[in-house]
Amino acid sequence: MVELTAQTPWAALLPVTAGATGLSAWDPGPMTALMPYRGRRAALSEAMQAAHGLGFPDPGEVTAAPPLRCLWTGRGQAFLMGGPADPGLSAQAALVDQSDGWVALRLEGETAPEVLARLVPVDLRPAALPEGRTLRTLCGHMTVSITRAPEGLEILAFRSMAGTLVHEIADAMRLVAGRAVLG
Amino acid sequence: MRIDGMGRVDRARVLGFTFDGRRYQGFAGDTLASALLGAGVRLMGRSFKYHRPRGPLTAGSAEPNALVTVGRGARAEPNTRATMQELYNGLASVSQNRWPSLALDLLSVNDLAAPFLGAGFYYKTFMWPKAFWEKVYEPVIRRAAGLGALSGQPNPDRYEKAFAFCDVLVIGAGPAGLMAALAAGQAGAQVILCDEDAAPGGRLLAEAEAVDGRPGADWTAAQWEALRAMENVRLMPRTTVTGAYDQGSYGAHERVAQHLADPGAAPVECFWRIAAQRAVLCSGALERPIAFRDNDRPGVMLAGALRGYAHRWGVAPGRRVAVFGNNDDAHRTARDLAAAGLEVVALVDSRHDAENRAGDVPFFPGHVVSRAHGRRGLSAIEIRGADGRRQRVAVEALGVSGGWNPALHLTCHLGARPVWSETLAAFLPRADAVPGLRPAGAVAGALSTTSCLRDGAEAGRAAAADLGFAAVLPAIPEAEDAPGRLRRLWAVPGRGRAWLDFQNDVTVKDVKQAAAENYASVEHMKRYTTQGMATDQGKSSNIGALAILADATGRDIPQTGTTTFRPPYSPVPIAAMGAGAQGQGFAPVRETTSHAQSVAMGAPMVEAGLWYRPSYFPRAGETTWRAACDREVAMVRGAVGICDVSTLGKIELVGPDVGAFLDVVYTNRFSTLKPGRVRYGLMLREDGHVMDDGTTARLEADRWVMTTTTAAAGQVMRHLDWVQQAWAPGMDLRFVSVTERWAQFAVAGPRSRELLNGLLDAPIDDAGFPFMACGPVSVGGVAGRLFRISFSGEHAYEIAVPARFGASLFEALVARAEALGGGAYGMEALNVLRIEKGHVTHAEIHGRVTAFDIGFQRMISPAKECIGKALAARPGLVEESRPQLVGLRPLDGQSPLPAGAHLFAAEGAVTPDTDLGYVTSTGYSPTLGLPLALGFLANGRARHGETVRLIDRLRGAEVACEVTDPVAVDPDGGRLRG
Repeated sequence: MVELTAQTPWAALLPVTAGATGLSAWDPGPMTALMPYRGRRAALSEAMQAAHGLGFPDPGEVTAAPPLRCLWTGRGQAFLMGGPADPGLSAQAALVDQSDGWVALRLEGETAPEVLARLVPVDLRPAALPEGRTLRTLCGHMTVSITRAPEGLEILAFRSMAGTLVHEIADAMRLVAGRAVLG
Repeated sequence: MRIDGMGRVDRARVLGFTFDGRRYQGFAGDTLASALLGAGVRLMGRSFKYHRPRGPLTAGSAEPNALVTVGRGARAEPNTRATMQELYNGLASVSQNRWPSLALDLLSVNDLAAPFLGAGFYYKTFMWPKAFWEKVYEPVIRRAAGLGALSGQPNPDRYEKAFAFCDVLVIGAGPAGLMAALAAGQAGAQVILCDEDAAPGGRLLAEAEAVDGRPGADWTAAQWEALRAMENVRLMPRTTVTGAYDQGSYGAHERVAQHLADPGAAPVECFWRIAAQRAVLCSGALERPIAFRDNDRPGVMLAGALRGYAHRWGVAPGRRVAVFGNNDDAHRTARDLAAAGLEVVALVDSRHDAENRAGDVPFFPGHVVSRAHGRRGLSAIEIRGADGRRQRVAVEALGVSGGWNPALHLTCHLGARPVWSETLAAFLPRADAVPGLRPAGAVAGALSTTSCLRDGAEAGRAAAADLGFAAVLPAIPEAEDAPGRLRRLWAVPGRGRAWLDFQNDVTVKDVKQAAAENYASVEHMKRYTTQGMATDQGKSSNIGALAILADATGRDIPQTGTTTFRPPYSPVPIAAMGAGAQGQGFAPVRETTSHAQSVAMGAPMVEAGLWYRPSYFPRAGETTWRAACDREVAMVRGAVGICDVSTLGKIELVGPDVGAFLDVVYTNRFSTLKPGRVRYGLMLREDGHVMDDGTTARLEADRWVMTTTTAAAGQVMRHLDWVQQAWAPGMDLRFVSVTERWAQFAVAGPRSRELLNGLLDAPIDDAGFPFMACGPVSVGGVAGRLFRISFSGEHAYEIAVPARFGASLFEALVARAEALGGGAYGMEALNVLRIEKGHVTHAEIHGRVTAFDIGFQRMISPAKECIGKALAARPGLVEESRPQLVGLRPLDGQSPLPAGAHLFAAEGAVTPDTDLGYVTSTGYSPTLGLPLALGFLANGRARHGETVRLIDRLRGAEVACEVTDPVAVDPDGGRLRG
């Protein structure tokens, strides 16, 4: 029997540190897109409460019941992360496995919003994006999901673009660190 | 020369620099211009057209003359304003637009030829012979005229782009801007304060008058520190706000490290996009010159600049100075320079009733300066009285003031026109010209320091209050409050050339000539004379030129109007705007899970959209791509090949109504497809043309997965969203992309099942897995999906596993394929295989073809509606005369058939109207041993067996071809089954 081994797309690329910021990968675990059927949003949220102890998030919101989190990711769509989705939810929503489709990075350090301000056209400072909030936006030319977590800013991006994503964020980190040296 | 006891440069810190190879010294705090003036250098550049010697006119960003190239080699930065470039130790600068040297410029013969080079000369002089313009005249003119040149080498510097957000953006940190930022900042608003200068303060650094009982510079420093201490205030020196755009967005250009010899890891410049709820524009005012004969001699500068050079940097262009103005403000220059110990030999005021406000200096009311003397530097001026009497006075420096123009450019960026004020003899910003932006201080016509302080504070308070912050007006410090008295004077009448636009060599005479030739609109005058073009955009000349034009055409100034001020306010390097986009930074790279192995196997990678895919996998002894490609095709036809097809779009659709939805999207019916089966589908755009094709598998009763072509994945996803929202809102289904979630590989060839059965945890057979079947499989315990579909025309499968196992599976597949006499194949072989099979790609479905054209008319189901069906039936879209998909082969069996070639009848003329079609795809078929092509030929399906001529004018090919069915290999599809 063949033995398949799992591999990450960032193998030799991470972690990266520059100045006051660090970029690392984290494992979001199983990831399921939840998309409520017509008129079933509330029912889905109730079913989620019953099965997982968290509700379906409003736009821009994150709901949590550790180790599970549910991230709003678009119109009528959220990602349940950190564990498998209860198959019973499929009565209320389309469930599609998204594990492996996304790379999850974390940018830590006080200047993290300054670093992403080089690439992301949205205000990511804590006042504008507090903990528990998430958004869909662009990072350079790549579509991403950005969430503020206690450890820093979490970035989800297409797996195939992991190389470019790490390269561009690391570049921005070095430029911001270079500026800090100027004083 | 340096003036003892004056200036705020740090004389303890001496900095060495070079200009045109000569060594000089300046001080920390100097600009390149002030350091050169301090070292006795007045001549800093040559003018654009006539190569006239020039020195600095201003002490700031509006500088038209003192443009130099800073830095060496690939890092050289042309057209740097010496008045903005901060001095650093080791700075290397060279002058521009001169040959062989700045002092002796042979191209200054242009100046002698001036009578022939007036406004619009090139429109008149170089009319014929027509062919000469592009080949002779234009290159010669280009070489003789111009500014600095780029190095021609790749730029090694780092640049940056960034976004910033705030409640209140304050543009300019002069007295008004500082107060605005304080008022808004103290109210609690998030404030960004930008100033183009390295040091804040604006005019306060250039004047003697006190603020709050202290020197203006000291007061500024205290406010700057107070602002720095506020957490909600962000200070951005060296940052010019260059453009105002919609919705409160502003462009800004920051010179991050251009003031340092070594930027280290920092970017040299940054282009900012700032989103602001409110903005306060405190851009101040720009002094304007008065035109008189030869007023461009080095040593003639604006009166405010002359004063600023003395106060801020302690330098002057010479010891003997004169001042010429039409307003009280000019008197300060005479007063301050006399107080500094310079010899003020004349204060000339064009107003006969002016009072001397400069103290004990020779005063000439009712007089004008009518001429400047001295070619490479000012040596004397001619003063003319109202009675016409002239006297010549030796001077080394002359300060000129024709009044002040509010720097209102940003208020015009959204299309508003400024309003003329008779009292100030200047244009003022139109109210609400930019929504959310309020001009304050000198830009709004408040010209005294006190009124600037008050106006700025009020504007900052109002901006914060507008946003709901409880804002209080800060205390307004005591300061100068002199009324700015002025009587207009634009140009001193007389013979000779009086310069308006120093940068583009436009004189009073040129503007009058434009008017005489009926270029009477200000926009036409601008283009005819080139006034206001180039790097300074006419900041010192626009108003003067339009005033002269108004005179010459007998209109007043408001009737004449201004030209359009557009972004950017001052030059922004493309390198900053395009930061990060050099080379591979231009677009993201998408890599498949097999990328690293493909590269390790020596495969050259080719772009497919953002994806990179292997074109072929060379083996030892294969010297050409063709050798590898032919071998890979033979491998697939004879054994088994492996190809990564993960780049194809994969969209998972879930819900009870997916089948009905797909019936709307696809031309053919999908709702009848059984679970465990795959169907090929064609989708049309609404206009009836083919949009994309691909297979959709029904995995379970309510779970489907659609594949799209690599190129159209995004477009199809968007299309599905649109169809659902616009045409199927009542259907219950949801879909999401799973392209990235699965790594998918084609396993193609007669031995494909044999390979899979050695790999899958449970073997398959034809009965359980016939052609167009799909189902779940297990590979080494990993849950995957298997589809029996074929693009190559062989017995083939596509196997998908979660992306994390992609690399591992690819390795296993390739190893097993090689053991069976096959191996990996790339895009070249994939293309040949599908051409042999007559399968279309976006080379054929390129957006202008219909289902009819590619022979799929019968795929548009007559029994149901679908997107595009109605318009696909339009007259003209289903006619036999349309170009139809055909196969082509050379009659001689060997001539290549280049794609892009056109098709003509075997006999007859070859003209655009005898064109019968074109070739879309081509390749050498190792299976048949001859070149094959696909193309579109008028009435092609009825012409199988006929001969046509393929003509490629670009490559010089002409080949007689036989028209065939598009399917060249296995037309009955027997190889797919079994």
